[in-house]
This record gives sequence, C-alpha cells and structure tokens, in this order.
Amino acid sequence: MTDSHPDLECRDLVKDFSDFKAVDRVSFDVPQGSFFSILGPSGCGKTTLLRMISGFQSPTSGDLRIKGKSMIGVPPNKRPVSMVFQHLALFPTMNIGDNVGFGLRQRGVGKAEIKKRVEEVLERVGLPGVSARRVDQLSGGQKQRVAIARCMVLEPDVLLLDEPLGALDLKLREHMKVELKALQAEFNTTFVYITHDQSEALVMSDNIAVMNKGRFEQIGAPHEVYHEPATAFVAGFVGDANKFDAKVTSANGSMLSLVTDAGTEMKINAAGASLNAGERTQVFLRPEAIELVATATTNDEGCNVSPGVVESVLFNGANSSVTVRNSAGGLVKVALPQTGGFAALQKGDAVFTRWQPKDARCFSAAEAGS
Amino acid sequence: MMTWFGPEELQAVRLSIKVASWAMVASLPIGILTAYALARWSFPGKQLLNGLVHLPLILPPVVTGYLLLLLFGPMGPMGQLLAALNISVAFRWTGAALTAAIMGFPLMVRALRLSFELIDPKLERAASTLGASPLWVFWSVTLPLALPGVVAGSVLAFAKAMGEFGATITFVANIPGETQTLPSAIYAFLQVPGGETSALRLVVISVLISFAALLVSEALNRRLIKRLAAA
Ligand SMILES: Nc1ncnc2c1ncn2[C@@H]1O[C@H](COP(=O)(O)OP(=O)(O)OP(=O)(O)O)[C@@H](O)[C@H]1O
Ligand SMILES: [Mg+2]
Repeated sequence: MTDSHPDLECRDLVKDFSDFKAVDRVSFDVPQGSFFSILGPSGCGKTTLLRMISGFQSPTSGDLRIKGKSMIGVPPNKRPVSMVFQHLALFPTMNIGDNVGFGLRQRGVGKAEIKKRVEEVLERVGLPGVSARRVDQLSGGQKQRVAIARCMVLEPDVLLLDEPLGALDLKLREHMKVELKALQAEFNTTFVYITHDQSEALVMSDNIAVMNKGRFEQIGAPHEVYHEPATAFVAGFVGDANKFDAKVTSANGSMLSLVTDAGTEMKINAAGASLNAGERTQVFLRPEAIELVATATTNDEGCNVSPGVVESVLFNGANSSVTVRNSAGGLVKVALPQTGGFAALQKGDAVFTRWQPKDARCFSAAEAGS
Repeated sequence: MMTWFGPEELQAVRLSIKVASWAMVASLPIGILTAYALARWSFPGKQLLNGLVHLPLILPPVVTGYLLLLLFGPMGPMGQLLAALNISVAFRWTGAALTAAIMGFPLMVRALRLSFELIDPKLERAASTLGASPLWVFWSVTLPLALPGVVAGSVLAFAKAMGEFGATITFVANIPGETQTLPSAIYAFLQVPGGETSALRLVVISVLISFAALLVSEALNRRLIKRLAAA
C-alpha cells in the first residue's frame, strides 16, 4: 500500500533557532516522479528546510515522511534521499568513476557490477567513458551531470538539489535548466529543488512552493503561481510586475474603482479580493498584460486606457520592454509586442496604454503588511 | 677511531631513529582524533584540551621532563600503573619515546587541525547522503583529503623527536645504548676531551635530518592547498 503515499510528505514542520523561527509550520506533499521547487529570497529558510529533509538538522516539531515512513530520528545515511549541493561537492581525491561508484561501494555491491552501473549511469547523463578522468578535468556543466549521476546511480526515492546551478555562468545555467528537467523525466525520480531564481523554478517545475520568512505563501503549478498569485509577496516575487499602491474609491461586487497614490484612476475586476471602499490595496499588473496603442478608440470600452509618454526603451530581443510615464506621473513597464509594430518607438513618443480590468491582481495592503 | 663513524655515534643515530619512529607512529592516531575533535566538534573543555596539547610547546623542556618523572617515574601514579602491567619507562628507551611523542604532539596536532579545517564540510555531507556512515565518511573522504597534512604533521613530529633533548635527559637520563639519543650524545661528546669531531659529525647529521624534514613538510603543505583548491 506504500504506493498510495506521496514520495515526500511534510506536516507542520518547524525549525526554531535560539532567536527566531527559520521554518514555520510548513506542510506539503510531493507526488512520485514530480519536480517540486521551493522558491524564495535569500535567508527565507530554504536550506534549513532541505537540511531537515536530508537529516542534517532535526525539526523542532512536525513530521516528515518519505514513502509513508516517518524520517524523524533517522540519520542522513539511512534516508532514501540523495543531495546535490551548490558547489557539487565531488570528491577531489577520487576519479569520476570512483565518485559515481561511492554509494554503491558503501552498499557492498561487487566491483564488476559497480563498474557496469557507473558506466550505465554516466551514459544516461551523456558522459560515456569519463570514468578515469580526474574531477578537475571536467567542465562546470559536466561536473554538474556527474554530481547528478552520483546520486541517481543509487536510485533514491527523492533527490534534493540546493541551488545546484548557482555556481555556473548565465549561459550554462540556461542550458542546464532544460537539461535538468530532461534528466528528471529520464530517471522519473522525485526532485525537490531549491532556488531563489524564479525563472529556474518556472521552467522546470511541476509544482512550486513560494517561501517567505520561513513560511509557504503558495503551492501551485507554475502557471497558477504566475497568473493567480495567492499573496502580494508571490505576485511581487514571481515574474515581473508593475506594482501600484492604491486606495479603493468604490466597490461594486468584484468591480473596484481605485486611485493610485500617483493619482491614476483604474478599474479592476478583482474576484475574491473582498475589498471595500476606503481600503488601501496593492495592485500588481504584468508588463505583458498591457497593450500599447497609438490612439484611444471606442473598442476601449471597459478597459483602462491612459495616455503617456515613452520614458525609455529597453531593447532585449524577445524580452524587450518600454517604460511609459502616464499623464498622472506614474511609471509603468510594458512588454513590447512580438509583432514588431512598435519597433521604432523612441523616448518621448506619445502612446496610450490599455489593459483589461481582469488582468490586474490586487491585495489588501493590510494583508501585504506594508 | 678506526672507521669514519664510531660505534657510539652509530648507536646514538640508530636509537634516535627508533625512538622518533615509535613516538611518531604511536602518537599519530591520538593526534588525528585530537585534531579532528578540535577542528570539527564543540564540547565542554575544548579550550582546556587545546591548552593541554600546546603545553609542551610553551613549558621549559626541563619542566616537562620533571613532570614526566613525577608522573611516570617508579614512584609516580602512572609509573606504578604501568609497572603493574610489567611496563617500565623510567630510564628506558620507551621513556625516551614517550617524551619525544609528548614534545612533538603539539606540532603534529597543529598541522593536522589546519588540514581538517581546510576541508569543506559539504564533501562530508555529500558522502553521508550517499549512504556512508560517519566512520566511513572519515575514512574514505576526510582522511584522504587530509593526507598531506597527516604526512606533514608526522614529519614535523619526527623531526622534533629526533632533536628533543631537555625533557628527555631530565626524564630518562643519558644512558648509552638505552636513552642516549642524538642530542644527548652530542652533549656527552662535548663533555669529554677529544670528543669534538664525533660531536661535529652528529651535528651535521642532525642538521641534514631536520632540514630534510622541513622541506618535505613544506612541500606537502603546498600540495594540500593546491589539492583543496581543485575541489
Ligand atoms: N544553525 C543556525 N543557527 C541560527 N540561525 C541559522 C542557522 N542556520 C541558518 N540560520 C538562519 O536561518 C535563516 C534561514 O537560513 P537558510 O540557510 O535556510 O536560508 P536560505 O533560504 O537557504 O538562504 P540562501 O538563499 O541565502 O541560501 C537565515 O536567517 C539564517 O541566518
Ligand atoms: Mg541556502
């Protein structure tokens, strides 16, 4: 019946250090074979959480189960988890083959069998025939794959990865994102991946937990976390967003009229935000939810349209954007359409910005804590 | 003197090598444990242990020798304990080895501790998530990484043991063939008329051994740092 259990279950995990809570009542499940990311800013408690899962730190309270078995009190070497570290931690005194075979030797597997399994797993990560090389004879990306092979050869129930791409340069990081996801699919092993880089989490994960100050603010698929953020923190942390501090002037069901602190009026369809007239709010609006138009027309019915002037053009290939200063003086970032219609846009050009009331997200400023 | 090298001189060199080798080999396991504890663990009395280890480096050797005599002499508590086990160290070469081990211990522990401190604990953690028990982690990961430090520490302790004089002569005296090590022999030759040439030959040997030890230790230290940088 163990099959009915998720690979990893955490229930109300808490870790207190002498002066504060590093991890605060965290609960989540990771189903077999899925890629689960924990995304949060530096110092939010990600490593502490991972250390509890790997067994290097014991939780102050709460329970942690792997394949249905509680891991409380089980030492790291007896847990069915392996871990890939930020600086990979390959053993410099051993060659690649001995590094990958380390865990098998520990289990008492025979020499010939180790050799065979090491070769197999190296082939699966795309590095056949490197067994005899020294660690310093591999590139950064190759070391990365060896670190994963060293864990995967043991067929762990759960593979933990603590910012494994952090030490790589940008180009390689982009490449390894795709590769890690492919490796995870290839091995069909449960991955728990921590990162402070939202694009890593969005690209690779089946599910993302967004962590802030020791707590999980939201758990969801990448598109949910991105399009339906549960809290102001998630809306601000995941992806790019324009943020306005505003006040509700009138509320009619889910339709809100707001005025930002900069003085811009806007209408928002905020289902579920339950805000009343007079309340302060934080509004988040994705740059790609805003359209640039040359003139205001009648099909703007119901949209938020405001005139503005281009403040700067940030050309970055497919990710180009402009910032527009609207008539009230506020700045908004707008993604440039892929069609190239605005390719010749220049600083100082007059434009209109237009967006749908349903595309903004707003949160009570009291909840956001600011 | 018929040959270039007199029997007494040869005897002193041989005895010194025997004493220093035993001192080094016997103190190595204790030195590794002590250095690892000082580098990695926190426990009550850690500073006290650290002080105790370094004491022979700071105390006048005569004082250390005298303390050893009080402790391990025929009347001393440790001496009587050992006597019950039929082991005698007072005025024996074993006593010289014990003295040499204690005098070389701080040097050994310092070199070992440094090499343990330079090892990234992540490597050890990685080994334990791969299923290795703490002892096996130490044996297969930590110790190989610290190996240059182990050798450097041993070489230093050996050299110190070869040259130890004050504590040795105080504790086990200067008995030719039993406790007369190289420095004691030099001292004895200088006390008798016409002994200068013998003394000089031993001095040359002494300088050579010490110098070689230092060179080896330096070279190993450089290798240690290079090796850890490559990790
Ligand atoms: N042993 C400890 N004793 C006291 N406080 C600790 C200890 N370990 C971590 N902390 C604190 O707990 C908080 C969370 O640390 P943690 O290492 O889990 O953060 P993180 O999310 O991994 O950050 P980063 O992205 O920078 O690695 C930090 O404020 C840190 O200073
Ligand atoms: Mg961390």
